[in-house]
Amino acid sequence: MNRVVITGIGIYSSIGKSLEEVKNSLYQGKSGIILDPERKSFGFQSGLTGKLERPQLKGILDRRSRVCMPQHAEFAYMSTIEALKTGAITPEYLEQNEMGILFGNDSSTPAVIECVDIIRQTKDTSMVGSGSVFQSMNSSVTMNLSVIFHLRGVNFTVSGACASGSHAIGIGYFMIRHGYQNMIICGGSQEVNLFCVGSFDALGAFSKMESAPEKASKPFDKKRDGLVPSGGAATVILEDLDHAIKRGAPIFAEVIGYGFSSDGVHISVPDVNGPIRAVSMALKDAGVGPEKIDYINAHATSTPIGDQNEAKAIDSVFGKYKPVISSTKSMTGHEMWMAGASEVVYSILMMQNSFIAPNINFEEPDEFTGKLNIVTKTISKDIDIFLSNSFGFGGTNSCLIIKKFH
Amino acid sequence: MDRDNIIKTINGLLIEEFEIDESAIKPDARLKDDLGLESLDFVDIAVIVQKEFGLTLKGEEMTSIRTLQNLYDYIFNCIQKK
Repeated sequence: MNRVVITGIGIYSSIGKSLEEVKNSLYQGKSGIILDPERKSFGFQSGLTGKLERPQLKGILDRRSRVCMPQHAEFAYMSTIEALKTGAITPEYLEQNEMGILFGNDSSTPAVIECVDIIRQTKDTSMVGSGSVFQSMNSSVTMNLSVIFHLRGVNFTVSGACASGSHAIGIGYFMIRHGYQNMIICGGSQEVNLFCVGSFDALGAFSKMESAPEKASKPFDKKRDGLVPSGGAATVILEDLDHAIKRGAPIFAEVIGYGFSSDGVHISVPDVNGPIRAVSMALKDAGVGPEKIDYINAHATSTPIGDQNEAKAIDSVFGKYKPVISSTKSMTGHEMWMAGASEVVYSILMMQNSFIAPNINFEEPDEFTGKLNIVTKTISKDIDIFLSNSFGFGGTNSCLIIKKFH
Repeated sequence: MDRDNIIKTINGLLIEEFEIDESAIKPDARLKDDLGLESLDFVDIAVIVQKEFGLTLKGEEMTSIRTLQNLYDYIFNCIQKK
């Protein structure tokens, strides 16, 4: 079986629009969360959100490309351009070699709403325009980027709720490991707009700590009261090791394990056993014991039950070894469909620069989170192997284990 | 709307909305071969024509519009018939 390495990374998020900006934010423990008054006037229970600027692509991409792209495809274009650049992959290289794309994504909302509004108003579908169908499909990112970058390999979208981005990397890893592809652009994207998370807010799942937006996302803290929605896009280029060496590619890290499971219990309440099975499968796949994990980038979203059950699962598997843990969602908010990919990028940045980003806003543990070794201030530490957890609605679980390349 | 205004409006839309170089805008320019417009673009042109001129372009009539002059004439004739 082939070894699978990461030969390019890119990020566009609420804590930075480039790897350099994001690395600095992670190191400084900087939050990307704001209170959006428009959400409050629109009817949201919580107006908290990650703040993202829309990329300006006029003059960079032609009109036809732009008309077909929803906001999160624009984010994904930005993160992918950066990943290709870090991976020394040029447009000419893509013309001559087969590259695939697998992105995690689970919604594309505004185009659907705008389309139906136009038809209701005009009683005429011909008034919808040409871009709507391509913007509104869940596979919008992969369909757009595959055309823009002239990709000719595997091409589809992975939808697994808040584990989508992680599963996309996991599936890409399997495809390369088993020899079906040499190179795949993997990642995750998440839209950030007025329409996409209203139904999520309806569940009362978002933090109500609006008086201090930067302190609202407090994974594992006793006073956590809900997640803060956020978004953007992250890209990770996976490549067969021999192929990467042959072309002289920069190698950022190696994917050594992927584990997955389904809770099979509840539509929204996460379980303990499902994550334990996914983590255990990833460890087995990686061929390492729990004592080898230097850092866990937790899924922990700042919801009372979710963080509690992840703490139980981590304690069950890692117990006495107590690896250092942080949830970068304390800074970024919950990047949902993108999170599994972005958190791999965040962790690789920590690995490259030998530090652990803090779980900001963790002031007091509860009965369960107190058993974990949670990092509250940035620490210097060499990371040889890290685990990235991602869990989602419907009890979908994805765990990735990534090792420094030696 | 007179013919000059129709031409001015259409040319402006092609330059602004479709980002077509002004130097390419000539009456005998072929929409596909010279201006680079494709089938999906005609879907958007139909929306714009409806909004700007209140005209509904019909698919079968669209197929006979090959040059910019054809488009000017088609819109002018439709407006005359209204």
